[in-house]
Amino acid sequence: MTVTATRASRTRTPEKAPLRERHPARFIILVLLLVLLLLIVAPLLVVAINAVKSPADYAANGPLALPHHLYFQGIVDFWNRVDFGLKLWNSFITSIVVAVLAVILSVFNAYALGIGRVKGRIWFLVFFLIANLLPQEVLVYPLYYLSKQLGLYDSLWSVIIIFTVIQSAFGTYLLTSVYTEFPKELLEAAAIDGAGKWRALWRVVVPVSRPTLAVLFTFFFIWTWNEFFLPLIFLISNDNQTVPVALGVLQGDRMMDATTTSASALIGIIPAMLFFLIFQRTLTRGIAAGAIK
Amino acid sequence: MAGSTKNRGYAVYLIPGLLASTAVIIVPLVMTVYISFTKWTGIGSPKWVGFDNYTRLFADANFWASFGHIILLIIAMAVVPTFLGLVLAAVLFDYVAKKFSDRWASVLRSGYYLPQVLPVAVTGIIWGWILHPSYGALNKILESVGLGSLAHNWLGDPKYALYSVMAVMIWFQLGYPIVMFMSGLQRIDPELYEAADLDGATWWQRFRKITVAMIRPELYVVLVTTTIASLKIFGQIFVLTRGGPSNATLVPSYFAYKNFFEKAQVGYGSAISTVLTVLIVILAIVFLRLQNRAERS
Repeated sequence: MTVTATRASRTRTPEKAPLRERHPARFIILVLLLVLLLLIVAPLLVVAINAVKSPADYAANGPLALPHHLYFQGIVDFWNRVDFGLKLWNSFITSIVVAVLAVILSVFNAYALGIGRVKGRIWFLVFFLIANLLPQEVLVYPLYYLSKQLGLYDSLWSVIIIFTVIQSAFGTYLLTSVYTEFPKELLEAAAIDGAGKWRALWRVVVPVSRPTLAVLFTFFFIWTWNEFFLPLIFLISNDNQTVPVALGVLQGDRMMDATTTSASALIGIIPAMLFFLIFQRTLTRGIAAGAIK
Repeated sequence: MAGSTKNRGYAVYLIPGLLASTAVIIVPLVMTVYISFTKWTGIGSPKWVGFDNYTRLFADANFWASFGHIILLIIAMAVVPTFLGLVLAAVLFDYVAKKFSDRWASVLRSGYYLPQVLPVAVTGIIWGWILHPSYGALNKILESVGLGSLAHNWLGDPKYALYSVMAVMIWFQLGYPIVMFMSGLQRIDPELYEAADLDGATWWQRFRKITVAMIRPELYVVLVTTTIASLKIFGQIFVLTRGGPSNATLVPSYFAYKNFFEKAQVGYGSAISTVLTVLIVILAIVFLRLQNRAERS
């Protein structure tokens, strides 16, 4: 982006530019954009200031005043009450296992479809595309029923297995389009060196496509972290809940006053923000990659 | 074909994926469609009732209401964010990035995208609290600036609940089209804009003739994915309103959930999900066709 934008501004007629720079209209647009930004971020800011406010301070000064002093007891109390550390761990382990397994599964599928071009590949792709679109409601009851039969109900494994398959449907679709254009010379070189398909996959295909795999991993991790519907149904005991479920089911609880609610929202926001910051570059690149195919 | 023997060894790699998809997607899908023709409480064995669930469904006011709500949610989640996002992306790319700096444009873009990274449940908590009638921030703000008469029970009053949800969804969705469109805009040759400038084109003309025309692929992708997302919406409804008050914000997926897990009417719930699925698949096919046709012309 940097390249195109600067090139464009440099080639613009130079005598015109200084005149425009002084024009007040250009600041009006920027101010409008900043107001919009404030509107979008405001709910998060309001949550942040009330999460560190004592209930008495809130009652006296309302939601918009800055806290008189930083009060972390609300967060601590909420953390202990729902055993938030455990919920974080459940979410983390689920998301990381799903991300790893779903990337591996996507690689296998895409290796066969994109590079191997197995027979009927179009139909497999259509299948994965549709699988990717299906509402979870149309799968949920049989999955719920079957997981009970198999003794996987109320276990993180049920959620891990289901999301691995659902995420890999998307991964297969995206990765196949990438592997279709995989440089043939690299594969031929590997074959000449005597590498079989298994070795070629791990020694050539996976290393070369690592940037795309990183994007997929990031997507799968964040999507699984944020999933709500299936964990809500499958993880019913307190010890197995993930972060979104723990926060979601507390909504409307009588124990939740304004400051506790803010505290709970804030500790839900913080991990998401951390991922956003850590993965930001991969994510924007990934969204761009998804847009093309 | 010469290639088919050479490629035979690859089929093995499809086996894990196919086994897993069969267990997690194909079998449950077929089961749901079958159950939709039965009466079943989830215990014992389902009793075949033919099309009874579907005839009941099409006569059910709640069913029609839930799909009616979806149309409004498509406006809030697909139509408004797409068009607003298109204008904002163009302004950020074509105006802010050039007249100020790329840094401004990318900071604004990240800010607008922020709601998208929050877990659905957190979105629900934030807005459930801001819109709360007694201790919510919005009513407090309205009172403090002397507009107390405008304070409402935003999520609890059937007259306002769906509109409140729509507003929250616009807030939630806006960042997605902006990021998608800005990445698409990078493909545009800057010389196109310069040529338009030399011809004396206005900003609006350039926007319509160059920007919109060039990022048509992204436009289709965004419209399909957001429309399908609004058809599937569950989490936000669950945490904000649970379909209430008096079904004012009922949506198909929550309607199905209620029948599955609250009313133990599994057959009826399956019929709702089957109809929803058929609708989504038809929509996806229509969009893909339109996109292919647009790409060819």
